[in-house]
Amino acid sequence: MAIVSRDFRELRLDRISRDFGQVHALRDLTLTVKRGEFVALLGPSGCGKSTALNCIAGLLQLTGGAIWLDEQRLDALGPEDRGFGMVFQNYALFPHMTVRRNVGFGLVTQRRPREEIERRVNEALALVRLGDQGDKLPGQLSGGQQQRVAIARAIVVEPPLVLMDEPLSNLDAKLRLEMRAEIRRIHTMLGSCTIYVTHDQEEALSLADRIVVMIEGQTRQIGTPEELYARPAHPDVAEFMGYRNLVRSRAEAGDGGVAVTVGGARLIGTPFDAVGGQAVVAIRPDHLRVVGGGPIAATVEIAEYHGRDFYAVARTADGTELFFRSDARLSAGEQVRLDASPDHVLVYAA
Amino acid sequence: MSTTNLTLRQRLRERGLDGVTLLVLPGVLFVLALFIYPFLYGLVLSFQPKEGGWLANYQKFFSEPFLYETISITLLIAVPVTVLNVVLSVPVALRVRLMKHQRLLTTILVIPITLGTVMVAEGLLTYLGPRGWLNRTLLEFGLVDSPVRLIHNYWGVMLSLVITGFPFTFLLTLSYVTGIDPALEQAGAMLGARARERFRRILLPLLAPGLAITLALAFVQAFTVFPSAILLGAPAGPTRVISIVAYQAAFEQYDYPLASAIAMLMAGVQILIIVALLGARTLVFRGPVSTGKG
Repeated sequence: MAIVSRDFRELRLDRISRDFGQVHALRDLTLTVKRGEFVALLGPSGCGKSTALNCIAGLLQLTGGAIWLDEQRLDALGPEDRGFGMVFQNYALFPHMTVRRNVGFGLVTQRRPREEIERRVNEALALVRLGDQGDKLPGQLSGGQQQRVAIARAIVVEPPLVLMDEPLSNLDAKLRLEMRAEIRRIHTMLGSCTIYVTHDQEEALSLADRIVVMIEGQTRQIGTPEELYARPAHPDVAEFMGYRNLVRSRAEAGDGGVAVTVGGARLIGTPFDAVGGQAVVAIRPDHLRVVGGGPIAATVEIAEYHGRDFYAVARTADGTELFFRSDARLSAGEQVRLDASPDHVLVYAA
Repeated sequence: MSTTNLTLRQRLRERGLDGVTLLVLPGVLFVLALFIYPFLYGLVLSFQPKEGGWLANYQKFFSEPFLYETISITLLIAVPVTVLNVVLSVPVALRVRLMKHQRLLTTILVIPITLGTVMVAEGLLTYLGPRGWLNRTLLEFGLVDSPVRLIHNYWGVMLSLVITGFPFTFLLTLSYVTGIDPALEQAGAMLGARARERFRRILLPLLAPGLAITLALAFVQAFTVFPSAILLGAPAGPTRVISIVAYQAAFEQYDYPLASAIAMLMAGVQILIIVALLGARTLVFRGPVSTGKG
């Protein structure tokens, strides 16, 4: 029998909070995670995402709220009794045990018969493609292999929920891409539920079914990657999702949307909140195009060649800094005209 | 460029030897003059007895119960004290590791070390004495009928060695304990292991090499006990430790060769115990206590 996750319907986080003295590290996170779902907690460092994960794991006590796994309330239980798997940022492999004994640790704790441990450890090692490394010590493995051991150790006990705390942040770029695919593959095979903490929006977008964006301890938006990418609900979220151009402007009703001023030029945008008064305009660099006769006039300051295209920074006459991409070669000092379609100009009440 | 083309100076530098290395010379001379030379001098002297053949001092030591019994007397004090100190240090260090005001506590614990054994012995003499605070308190509360005898016997020496030895073992143990990544224990907990099991399967194996060294150092300290054995113990009887008979040989009988022989035997016993401890250490894991790369 292959490794599968224990059966359950859903994990419910009901307004979970955690304070450290006067600091509200995590405030009122409410989230329901269905079996089989891959959820990413995304946010800049210090946003409370790791606090949230440690609270779910039981390594931190809640100062408010409740955690439910179906009908069972978990938040009073210690980490030993929740039965969740966890992959730590620094892997936290036991340095004095072989790979095999590391992976078998949880099964030994459960007092499983020796043959069963043997069989399940072999399966887990095969699953992470480390079948031939079982007798090595963690110190003899590369970072990527250690990561696989950590994953095998977490999933071999067939936990309903696997928690991952920035598992790829210690790996180099190439390995990170490989392990990303690997983590998704393992998640799909187990049919388990994964909660994944990261500060890398690309990682979250590519892995998760749903993303929770957290900023300063608070949940800013919960949605699918597509929703977050195209329709961030808040300028903070927009900034985090790669909307590098955030310009303050007055907003007025205009034909087919809301009229705003960016770099001294009038643009039509898509309103998010009530129109009128001060607003923040968010535009992704990819959506600000160089167009002959475009409304915004700017002078290129920096142009970086990124292989497929140029990534450039330009400044308008009123001093606004704009980030954009261009297929054509650009050089510093060049004059450009820029434009963006109303769909891609997001306007938030300031 | 192949290594054969390197100058002697370059090749030495590759092995970490350059002008700066010479700075180690004064230290080496110091060690030679103050440690190696007296040791060798004593070793040679121990084979030049006042009378008899070259092994006469050692024959004398092992033929007189008054002398050879000091080894077991000293071991009887040193071994329990060492084990007790280390066994007490581990749980305290595990607890202190999680504390916020660690520095205050460690400062308090270091004070007995800075006071020195004589001062602690003098203090204990009054504190533990028949009219000391401890006995007065015990009598006051009716816990005992007559003062408990805690000085001028085995227990006085034992207690003073715990007080002066514990801070030392504790600080060493604390440094080993704090060297263990807390995530390892968390990982154990996530895999269902309770505190006792985490200690047995994760912390203890990782601590073992450090504890072996702590045991070795604490043992040497306790085995060479001298001031408190005289001040707080019964130097003629149950706490006639080996350093006392060495002192008596040297400064009461003026038999330096015999004193040297006793000192060599002291060193021998210590080396035996240390080798055994460090040998046991190689039986357990000796690698780094964390695997993280970042």
